[in-house]
Amino acid sequence: MSLALTDDERAMMAGARGPAIAMASRILCETAAMLGADRLVAVTSSHVDGCLYHGDSGVHFAERLAADGGRVAVPTTLNVGALDLLHPGRVHFDQRTADMARRMMVAYEQLGCTPSWTCAPYQAGHRPKLGEHVAWGESNAVVFCNSVLGARTNRLGDFLDVCAALCARAPYTGLHRDEDRHARLVVDTSGLSDGLKRLDAFYPVLGAWLGAEAGAEVAAIVGMPTTIPEDYLKALGAAAASSGAVGLFHIVGVTPEAPDLAAATGGKTPERRIVVTPMMLRAARDRLSTAAAGTDRIDAVAVGSPHFSPAEFAALDRLVGGARFKVPFYACTGRAVLGEIERSGVLARLGEAGVEIVTDTCVVVAPILPKAGGVLMTNSGKFAHYATPNTGFATIYGSLADCVASAIHGRVTRDERLWA
Amino acid sequence: MPETAVLVLIDGEAEGPLLRLVEPISFWGGVDPATARLTDPRHPQHGVSIAGAVLALAATRGSSSSSAIMLELLARGIAPAALLLGEPDAILALGIVVGREMGYPPIPVLAVSAAEQALLPQGMLRIARGGIISAAARQ
Repeated sequence: MSLALTDDERAMMAGARGPAIAMASRILCETAAMLGADRLVAVTSSHVDGCLYHGDSGVHFAERLAADGGRVAVPTTLNVGALDLLHPGRVHFDQRTADMARRMMVAYEQLGCTPSWTCAPYQAGHRPKLGEHVAWGESNAVVFCNSVLGARTNRLGDFLDVCAALCARAPYTGLHRDEDRHARLVVDTSGLSDGLKRLDAFYPVLGAWLGAEAGAEVAAIVGMPTTIPEDYLKALGAAAASSGAVGLFHIVGVTPEAPDLAAATGGKTPERRIVVTPMMLRAARDRLSTAAAGTDRIDAVAVGSPHFSPAEFAALDRLVGGARFKVPFYACTGRAVLGEIERSGVLARLGEAGVEIVTDTCVVVAPILPKAGGVLMTNSGKFAHYATPNTGFATIYGSLADCVASAIHGRVTRDERLWA
Repeated sequence: MPETAVLVLIDGEAEGPLLRLVEPISFWGGVDPATARLTDPRHPQHGVSIAGAVLALAATRGSSSSSAIMLELLARGIAPAALLLGEPDAILALGIVVGREMGYPPIPVLAVSAAEQALLPQGMLRIARGGIISAAARQ
């Protein structure tokens, strides 16, 4: 199958809009052909994940686009960078690395992207509508965009996201197409207790299980409560996109493309049906902790992957209730949410408790944690997945209440009752 | 051995020892871009270097930043010699396409099903243009 281009797209490729757009078009078209696309699709927004420093090569790429006069053609938010621009000194890079990370962030701003610096652009006003075609990077943002908002994007790799933003096009494959959004896997949670499904800590665990089981398959989850807070859906998707390559899930009766099971499956008979048992879930939960069983000590707590929302900060504020922490407690968020909690007074109270706010970046993508080799407690399935390889910290997974109790006591304190 | 012909995602020539990943990895969080070693302690091949290998991945998973890690491995000259992907996945290949634009020599990427990967012999493999995989001639 060959890629058919419109006159406009051929002109971009030929350099009619300058060398940056021409290079972006070549990368976009070659990738589209590898994906088996027969055409491109016009997109209305983009979220760019390529602005995190992984090495000098990414900086040179972004600076080349900027030097060649590239400008994004659609509204484009930026994912986290490697620096906390609002809290200088929070990230412990050597000077050269810090300089390169900053050059990278500057280059993406020069391309006309909005300096949102968050992995949760949907908490910073970037919320495309049901059925809208967009071009997003960052796996948690992609799965949220598809599943919770019902907009359409594939999981674009770093660099393809900015090429799509420059050209306002994406390869027309996968999750842009109706048939690829239908669930072929049905996940039945009706055997799990209602109490567990009201617990925040249930959702990252279900997500971690789903990612490991489904890979990149679209699942329809049945047997769930009819109202689920947006933050729980965000946590489910982030965990599923870490342990697997999940880009879209449906929860029947909850998410916008799944008013009923037939809508979620497109009326087709599912290929697989899995009944989730408490034992499967406990095994998935235990895999989120890499610290040796029975570990009591913790060296730090981190929350906010994806970036904490105002509702999550309010929950944290209630749980802390004026107590003080014995270990460092990091809450990662975007600058849009920071502004909200500053105005509401939550920020000042959490500061007194000892919460350290990290903006524009997070503790698993930049060196922020005290020293390697310790134990990190988290309520995030994504942090639990990436903290050990990226930071050298062993992990212990728990609910937000567990994280707060543990930080207050300075040792692991988990409420196990609902998992029995 | 019989020659194995496959779908070519990025054409090219390469030679290197076959390295099969026994479990999927995400390059971001799973491969150190400065050393090309597998860094996830939960992976059974933790510590192994993928530099210069014909890397056979039955499945890929995880972060969309894996293309950035691939680009950095190419820029530092410590990329695998070739990639054999069990599932079509453009994220790693994308890093190679970007690398070519930036002047880093590309490596071949072939789609080879997990079943076909299992038939490949251990040892040195040679990849010729057009996606022809064969055992490398002994020196």
